[in-house]
Amino acid sequence: MIRVRLARCVLALIFMAALAADVLAPRPYDAQFRDSPDARPSRQFLLGTDELGRDRFSRLLYGTRLSLLLAPAAAALATSLSALVGLAAAASGRWGERGVLAITDLVLSLPWLFLLLAVRALLPLNLAPLVSVVITFALLGLLGWAPAARVLHAGIRALRQSDFVLHARASGCRSSRLMAVHILPNLVPLLRAQFWILVPAFLLTEANLGLLGLGVSEPLPSWGNLLRELENVSAVPSRPWLLVPVVLLIVVVGCLHLAFPGEERAA
Amino acid sequence: MKRLLPLLVACALSLAGGEIPNGRELRACLRSQPKTFDPALVADDASETIRYLTGGVLIRVNRVTQALEPELAVSWKVSGGGRTIRFRLREGVAFSDGSPFTATDVAFTFQRLMSPEIHSPTADSFRSAPGAVRSAVENDHQVALTFPAPIAGLERLFDQVAIVRSGSNAVLGPFQVAENKPGAYIRLARNPHYWKKDAQGRRLPYVDSIRLDIQQNRQLELLKLERHQLDLVSALDPEQFQELSTALPGWARDAGPALEPEVLWFNQVARAPIAEYRKAWFRSANFRRAISEAIHRDDLCRLVFHGHARPAVGPVSPANRFWCNARLKPHPYDPVSAAHRLAQDGFHKDGESLRDRDGRVVEFSLITNSGNRARERMAALIQSDLRAIGIRLNVVTLDFPSLIERITRSFDYEASLLGMINTDLDPNSQMNVWLSSADQHQWNPNQKTPATPWEAEIDRLMRLQASTLENEKRRTYFDRVQEIAREQEPFIYLIYKDTLVAVSPALRNVQPSVLRPELLWNAEWLWLAQ
Amino acid sequence: MRTIGARAGAMLLTLWLAGLAGALLVRLGPGFGIDEQELDPRLSPQSRAALRAAHQNERHIARFYVHSVARTLRGDLGVSQSLGRPVAELLRERFPVTLRTVALGLAVGWAAGLLLAVADHGARSAAIDLAAAALSGGLLCLPASLLALLFVFLGAPAALGIAALIAPRVFRYAHDLFLSAAASPHVLTAWARGLSAFPILVWHILPCVRAPLLALAGVSLNTAFTAAIPIEALCDSPGIGQLAWQAALARDLPLLVNLTLLVTAVTVVGNAVCGWKPAGSEAV
Repeated sequence: MIRVRLARCVLALIFMAALAADVLAPRPYDAQFRDSPDARPSRQFLLGTDELGRDRFSRLLYGTRLSLLLAPAAAALATSLSALVGLAAAASGRWGERGVLAITDLVLSLPWLFLLLAVRALLPLNLAPLVSVVITFALLGLLGWAPAARVLHAGIRALRQSDFVLHARASGCRSSRLMAVHILPNLVPLLRAQFWILVPAFLLTEANLGLLGLGVSEPLPSWGNLLRELENVSAVPSRPWLLVPVVLLIVVVGCLHLAFPGEERAA
Repeated sequence: MKRLLPLLVACALSLAGGEIPNGRELRACLRSQPKTFDPALVADDASETIRYLTGGVLIRVNRVTQALEPELAVSWKVSGGGRTIRFRLREGVAFSDGSPFTATDVAFTFQRLMSPEIHSPTADSFRSAPGAVRSAVENDHQVALTFPAPIAGLERLFDQVAIVRSGSNAVLGPFQVAENKPGAYIRLARNPHYWKKDAQGRRLPYVDSIRLDIQQNRQLELLKLERHQLDLVSALDPEQFQELSTALPGWARDAGPALEPEVLWFNQVARAPIAEYRKAWFRSANFRRAISEAIHRDDLCRLVFHGHARPAVGPVSPANRFWCNARLKPHPYDPVSAAHRLAQDGFHKDGESLRDRDGRVVEFSLITNSGNRARERMAALIQSDLRAIGIRLNVVTLDFPSLIERITRSFDYEASLLGMINTDLDPNSQMNVWLSSADQHQWNPNQKTPATPWEAEIDRLMRLQASTLENEKRRTYFDRVQEIAREQEPFIYLIYKDTLVAVSPALRNVQPSVLRPELLWNAEWLWLAQ
Repeated sequence: MRTIGARAGAMLLTLWLAGLAGALLVRLGPGFGIDEQELDPRLSPQSRAALRAAHQNERHIARFYVHSVARTLRGDLGVSQSLGRPVAELLRERFPVTLRTVALGLAVGWAAGLLLAVADHGARSAAIDLAAAALSGGLLCLPASLLALLFVFLGAPAALGIAALIAPRVFRYAHDLFLSAAASPHVLTAWARGLSAFPILVWHILPCVRAPLLALAGVSLNTAFTAAIPIEALCDSPGIGQLAWQAALARDLPLLVNLTLLVTAVTVVGNAVCGWKPAGSEAV
């Protein structure tokens, strides 16, 4: 329980720091100190500056605010959709189940990159960067359900043969109630695992999408574009402070894992 | 001979030191798999490198002196008002399979190159007007080519034409393709019948082979270089240059400004699906000049390119010694002057924002290609510079095909930041950019009649330089084109970046050039010391 | 027999739909039919028109797809526009490279993930649980392509980048599944009867979690193939991942459709194998 409380405290601290970025950040995230490009950490710049002289610490705070709100939201959306699809597949008849699983396989295999490119093409060029990134994460959430849906469906199929489910059916429980009351709560470990995997996955996807022009546009910072600084792998040993966003991401993901344990771990 | 002298002296000095060229394999990288080995169809950089190393040409442009040199042709004469060129060919030259090189091969090469189904930059460079190219083989070593219309700078174009033999893959260059593992590497072996010899009578090339790994990832390329698995890297980015200068001092070299400038331009297409009031802004020369003066070019050079770039003034970089109008200077960074120019057009500051005469906030988007870190940083700096004068710039990075679609088909963009393609020294190769009726006239292509008097004047000057044979006169016309471009700023020229290369100290006779292929242009003379 | 036939039919239908949907996505996406060469100022208007005309056959997507399918049935997969070579030849050359990378990545990833989950479960130690969570969380937070690049820098195979992607996912699911199954009445009974951790895991927990783990195996096959694209592109490995990346940038429709079909076939077959249950094994 101490671990759980500590994790929750750390998460709360990071969330509050991110939300209070306007107050805590020593300078605007887009201010360029062109006389101090690529500076090392100092009292003036806690995490140094980037190649354009922008304060990394300020950009980290603002980037955390953006990413910490959007990535979990997208992960929650994808996880919810995967639960819905998994349950729908299980609740349908044999052909319905096969149909849903086939659609799931299709969604897993298609080059969705082109849909993302098409959506970007349809959006106006003078769109606020924040709106553009919200749309990107929403799309990731809408498309990211397929891997988990398959795993959840397999879990549901296994649960359908459990004694308690058989008893519930025998006592006349309707399908919808069976799913909601008896099966869904037992899927929580899988759903939690899925959510926990998707949060960093979406952040990294946002970074990769930046290579195709689908990420967060200048000058808005995000964990994705901060992580892109690591692409120059050979520069990292001489600039270890570049790893701070990664460390923060690991801390957040780790705390998410610890802060919401299942009953079995909490017991 | 005078042009070869520095190379021969370098060669002699290295040999005098007791070093003897002794075969071995030169190792370098290509950034992508060549799309074709057919020299007539070459259109990408990787294929062009292969063509350069394997193809024999009649006339070669020396990449360092930029002067013309005889290769397979010992002499030539242009006549008929620039329509005919007569070559006297080098005797005793053979293809890589031992078959003799004759005038018939030249005639065949050009008949094939000029056939209607061949569409490539090489072929199109010779298509000055509709009509067939006539070739007259006078004897085994004399051939005349007659074009339907005069071609300005005709001789230079032969640098791109590799002579081939009908029904054969044999080549006349120093190397031939020995092994091709798609996606992995290409090995070029020496051509045993290559005609060139050094002063000691040794047949060139000095190296036995060149291995070109297909390596798109620049970091891996640099890693290979640092591990001595490569002997040279042709294009380093500025961060890599800094890193290499520390890790392996003496390996990294700055060859000076490249030919291609980075430019920003505004969409002035009448039918573009953008707001009319924005089109009105972009059409104003005052507006464009103000934007140009508000951009801090020195900061672009310093912060993005770490000093390995210089502010640009026009389409021709100082690397192009003959055609660069050296009298022109870049617009200085002057936000006060920029504000003054904007005020002349009715723009005014309202708090932090600039508004036009109708009260609209001055805001527009700038598209550039994603994945190019230098351009993304330049866009971020420009965004900050324009914010200082109250303009809100939205930077939008797009993947390359999406970007090209907007600037060439849908015209659904407002401003664009890209590099100009400038592989040829002669401005005649830029006709399709400067003529208002051309489809590469980026800011407003395919005009039925010139939209502005200055575009009409540029049309006149470009046509004059294309129909004149004397280079000095042509230069006068093109100088004026550069002056108009500087006044009107249809392209806002930002910077010329430097050509940064890396060379192993073991490599002899290497002379980095800003013209491609930067380090392999004299590949037959290169060799590796022990 | 009828069941196998029905499943095969369903798979073929899925493949057909995948190819069509993939072709539609590429065709309707921005930048289709665009060639970078168009920006070369030396090209004449006629040459530019010829470049645009080269994609004319693909503009009508239904017609293109019908011809594509007909050709495929004859064994002709078409010609890649960006590389100018037959697609079948390209896939034949490059598929073995990707297969090796994916196979190695999956094997190492699954072994590492499962071992970590088993060790964490068996040790029943808060410290080990924390360490395992930190390690898997750390791996999840690093881009797979970057990890692969790091491995290449260190002289290790890039396939370990795929392993680094798969292992934390396997650990995460396996860990939570083991925990959930450990709370089942029959497992508690086994503990009460004095069985040790390993037999409980093998005989009582694994059978309960087999189905979702198998489903995860099927999904991880697709994940590994998808991850191979950025990894091979970044590490310059000449597999189909690198091909897919180049094809996507060049909007090479024949190549992209065939690659989509290949990935779909792998996904469908993998999921079918992992999700297969013998007839009559389900009571309800």
